[in-house]
Amino acid sequence: MTNTVSRRGVLQRGAIAGAGVALPTIFTASSAAAYTNEPTGGTVTLGFNVPQTGAYADEGADELRAYELAVEHLNGGGDGGMMNTFSSKALQGNGILGKKVNFVTGDTQTKSDAARASAKSMIEKDGAVMITGGSSSGVAIAVQGLCQEAGVIFMAGLTHSNDTTGKDKKANGFRHFFNGYMSAAALAPVLKNLYGTDRTAYHLTADYTWGWTQEESIAAATEAMGWNTVNKVRTPLAATDFSSYIAPVLNSGADVLVLNHYGGNMVNSLTNAVQFGLREKVVNGKNFEIVVPLYSRLMAKGAGENVKGIHGSTNWHWTLQDEGSKAFVKSFGTKYGFPPSQAAHTVYCQTMLYADAAQRAGTFNPCGIAEALEGYEFDGLGNGKTLYRADDHQCFKDVLVVRGKENPTSEFDLLEVVEVTPRAQVEYAPDHPMFAGGQLGSCNSGA
Amino acid sequence: MFGLEKRDTSMLIIVAVLTMFAPFILNPFPAGSALAQFNAGYPDLMQRFVIFGIFAIGFNILFGLTGYLSFGHAAFLGVGSYSAVWMFKLLSMNVIPAIILSVIVAGLFSLLIGFVSLRRSGIYFSILTLAFAQMSFNLAYSVLTPITNGETGLQLTLNDPRVLGVSATADGSIPVTNLFGMEMRSTFELAVGPWAFQFNAGYYLCAVILLLAFYLSIRIFRSPFGMMLRAVKSNQQRMNYTGLNTRPYTLAAFVISGMYAGLAGGLMASMDPLAGAERMQWTASGEVVLMTILGGAGTLIGPVLGAGFIKYFENIFSKINDGVLHSWFSFMPDGLENAMVTLIHPFVGKGWHLTLGILFMLVVIFLPGGLVEGGQRIRKWAKNKRSGGETPTGKTEPAE
Amino acid sequence: MDAILLQILNGLDKGSAYALIALGLTLIFGTLGVVNFAHGALFMIGAFCAVTVQRLLNLSFEVVDPDKTDFLGQPLKVKTPYVEAWFGPEMGGAIIDWAVPLAILFAIPIMIGVGYVMERGLIKHFYKRPHADQILVTFGLAIVLQEVVKYFYGANPIQTPAPESLNGIVNLGAVIGMDIVYPVWRVVYFLFSVVIIGGIFSFLQFTTFGMVVRAGMADRETVGLLGINIDRRFTIMFGIAAAVAGLAGVMYTPINSPNYHMGMDFLVLSFVVVVVGGMGSLPGAVLAGFMLGVLESFASMNEIKSIIPGIDQIIIYVVAIIILLTRPRGLMGRKGVMED
Repeated sequence: MTNTVSRRGVLQRGAIAGAGVALPTIFTASSAAAYTNEPTGGTVTLGFNVPQTGAYADEGADELRAYELAVEHLNGGGDGGMMNTFSSKALQGNGILGKKVNFVTGDTQTKSDAARASAKSMIEKDGAVMITGGSSSGVAIAVQGLCQEAGVIFMAGLTHSNDTTGKDKKANGFRHFFNGYMSAAALAPVLKNLYGTDRTAYHLTADYTWGWTQEESIAAATEAMGWNTVNKVRTPLAATDFSSYIAPVLNSGADVLVLNHYGGNMVNSLTNAVQFGLREKVVNGKNFEIVVPLYSRLMAKGAGENVKGIHGSTNWHWTLQDEGSKAFVKSFGTKYGFPPSQAAHTVYCQTMLYADAAQRAGTFNPCGIAEALEGYEFDGLGNGKTLYRADDHQCFKDVLVVRGKENPTSEFDLLEVVEVTPRAQVEYAPDHPMFAGGQLGSCNSGA
Repeated sequence: MFGLEKRDTSMLIIVAVLTMFAPFILNPFPAGSALAQFNAGYPDLMQRFVIFGIFAIGFNILFGLTGYLSFGHAAFLGVGSYSAVWMFKLLSMNVIPAIILSVIVAGLFSLLIGFVSLRRSGIYFSILTLAFAQMSFNLAYSVLTPITNGETGLQLTLNDPRVLGVSATADGSIPVTNLFGMEMRSTFELAVGPWAFQFNAGYYLCAVILLLAFYLSIRIFRSPFGMMLRAVKSNQQRMNYTGLNTRPYTLAAFVISGMYAGLAGGLMASMDPLAGAERMQWTASGEVVLMTILGGAGTLIGPVLGAGFIKYFENIFSKINDGVLHSWFSFMPDGLENAMVTLIHPFVGKGWHLTLGILFMLVVIFLPGGLVEGGQRIRKWAKNKRSGGETPTGKTEPAE
Repeated sequence: MDAILLQILNGLDKGSAYALIALGLTLIFGTLGVVNFAHGALFMIGAFCAVTVQRLLNLSFEVVDPDKTDFLGQPLKVKTPYVEAWFGPEMGGAIIDWAVPLAILFAIPIMIGVGYVMERGLIKHFYKRPHADQILVTFGLAIVLQEVVKYFYGANPIQTPAPESLNGIVNLGAVIGMDIVYPVWRVVYFLFSVVIIGGIFSFLQFTTFGMVVRAGMADRETVGLLGINIDRRFTIMFGIAAAVAGLAGVMYTPINSPNYHMGMDFLVLSFVVVVVGGMGSLPGAVLAGFMLGVLESFASMNEIKSIIPGIDQIIIYVVAIIILLTRPRGLMGRKGVMED
């Protein structure tokens, strides 16, 4: 257990450093620091805020694995993973700016209140200088708002709503993951090739913000290529049995069903749709098709056989063959014994991007880091050439269109990549109507 | 003092001392030490202790006195939060109007729900309140999004039309909540050697309000009105036979406790201007029930203890990960260290729910009167030991 | 017309799950006077019995196949289930395919055992305690049970398919000349619940044991004075109630992939069902279960949603409020039960 030994070392060093720093600051108010939680000792603390209980606990667990891997790589351990393939060579494997990376973890419970409480304790108690994580847009937007107020950087994890970098964007928040608009822009041409332009779509949508933005995006993109939307039905988040929403689809005249659901909702609605024989159905002389715009491999497992042949989009998939992806899969797989999920990939990238930005900026000051990330173009992190756009802090990169695999060779081999939609095709103007209404504001360093 | 009996006065003073010195009491371990993980003396958690304490005190006025078990109290907390955030968006960033509005709105809302629900008693009452609260939650999450901002929660933005005050500060950020200029988030840090004690303005505002709320609840418990409520609990039928209509009394208790919940909601929004729909979910209502019973229903101090207990677990135990465990046991030989970590691992971090569930069961099984009874037993035991004599061991009564 | 019939079917199907859980809850409440918040967890444990059986049948030995590689480029370990090795691929495959129905045999003794241990080990000590204490301790137990399941099976849903031959759809309307296609397994689920409910009722109605239990539910003290050991019978009834919830869970797995918190999802609903039916009334619970299921299905129809937006979110609660305000003790409740 080499890990254990090094941890012990850190602890001793940390304690000595802590005592040394604390002594002279008797009777000073915290506002004397240049910015919130300026790291003064030999270490810097990052806060990993992921769901550890509740429906997304498995995704949270996978994110945590990727975070730990990223920290190991930043501190010079392991095989370095994507640090070796990353286009920026600023990181040396000696922590960030020479400070060893420590981390604290918390449980968001996939509730915005709990997520904010957890993030606050990281900022107020543990001195975290950056918060990252999350696996729902509600939580991401809530924590992003908090980080803006507190003056720390927020590196969003799994959040797919247009709003995160749209009307709720914040100067201190950054998103690597793609969004509903990009899913739609990537999927539409593929759907056109597969199913033609004369189709009638029926939407089932989770009745909350993320569902709405995705429904809006998909409907707009498919209607633009000639599809007709016959109905958009909202389903309660708490629904478990979707039979009463699926049944009306049978006689609606629709020949495509779009499931704007995620997580447990997606597993159940897809399973129910297949149960009702939708996939064998022929409507208007065409085979009935089901589309799941946002796929998650971890959740797709819960739907089992039912995902076969069903198209959707994803941010990243472990079967990609570029150098970055291969390096990441190798080091993650070696450490944990199974390939990483897209959630793991995006949070690993976010950690690396943060560390790299701090290194290039030469400071942990959120404003310096934000400046280093804005408009930054990089490569080698598994998604091809990627741009962190300055206008809304959204990453622009290729989007994957995937399909449930017909003959999986292993329990991880559930999806196959159908097409890599180039970045140019999923780009949009910062003031696009689906993203309008919010302002970044100015960066807050908490000073 | 303050028109209270001696025993109540001393209890109030104890609570006052505890809340005022909480930054010291909750921060016993020096920063950087392995046990610093257990420190709870940082602003957010201290605020939560106090706010949920208020919530539970209010709940106890209804449940502890009348025996009516409401499963929908979180709805009032949620409504309070929404009103407070709307006040910040539309009127001013001062917390006073926001808190006042949240208490009023929660009061009206509870009047409406109480009026309907109190037509039934027992579990039928519980299900009625549950039904109203779940309806509020489901609608707030979906259809009412224009008012509640749904999943994301109601937040301040840079273009709120604030009547008194600015939409955005000069440096382009959202103004912060304040009390006549004193920012709720401002914290004074006192470093004494390796200890760092944090004194937060928002916390002290909450603490003062908690003391007022606690004092008010003592007065209610000791008043003829409180006596009447207790009579309702012990035998409502007999009260009705004597020709007395109990409904106005129970309704008053329901509205008062709803206003306490609204106050808690308003304070939550004042400390952190966001209101999420999950605050109204049945699990949130269940949480306050658990706090009250765990601490000791019908006792004055119990609900506050219960609130602290649950919030402590939620925030402290969920943050203990394997890395922390390894650092605790790093003094042991490697094999033993790993064994200890493996042993404790399922109960902390992502397993904190498990620990909480086990503790619920243990407390309910062995301390029927909640944590308060635990304290009484210890006191009795200590007294017995000191006097050495035999005191009659009667059934322990909750301190009322 | 087809659409309405289809929604009635959906409602009956949903209702059968509600009715089965509510039936068990009411049995426990009516016999032991205990409010059991862990009842949803029993449903969940039943579902995970099916998952466990599926896993056991899929227990495999590994053979390294040097021709294929896994995702890290190392030689692939090919897994073959023991069952297939023993019975041949065909027979073995069929056994694995029928994992869910087989799980019923496995779940009955397990669930009765779990129920027995729960009653003797914990709930027995709470008969005389206030309902609030019962709620708290069983709620704690529910959390513990679901966290234990999460520890072993993870938080994500696990697919447990129905047997291939019961996986398709059937046209139920063919007889009356209409086109009503419906998943076979859902029909099976409905029939299964009718059998279970019928079984429980006839057991209580036509056996001496059932007669004594019913007498005990009506007046426990008198039955005790007659020299009958009513406690032992009530313990057995607890086991039976647990088994009913468990079987409801086993059979539910092909409809929705089970996850560790499915019990909590059903808990609140099943309480609403019990109370709407009337505390302590078995026919009331069944009636309310089916009624709420059907109403829920109707409320999710587009035609109705377009008149009252969001009605499908709250229909259950609206119905509960209306019924409780017009009928003080639910549909078929008795006076004096759980009103203090």
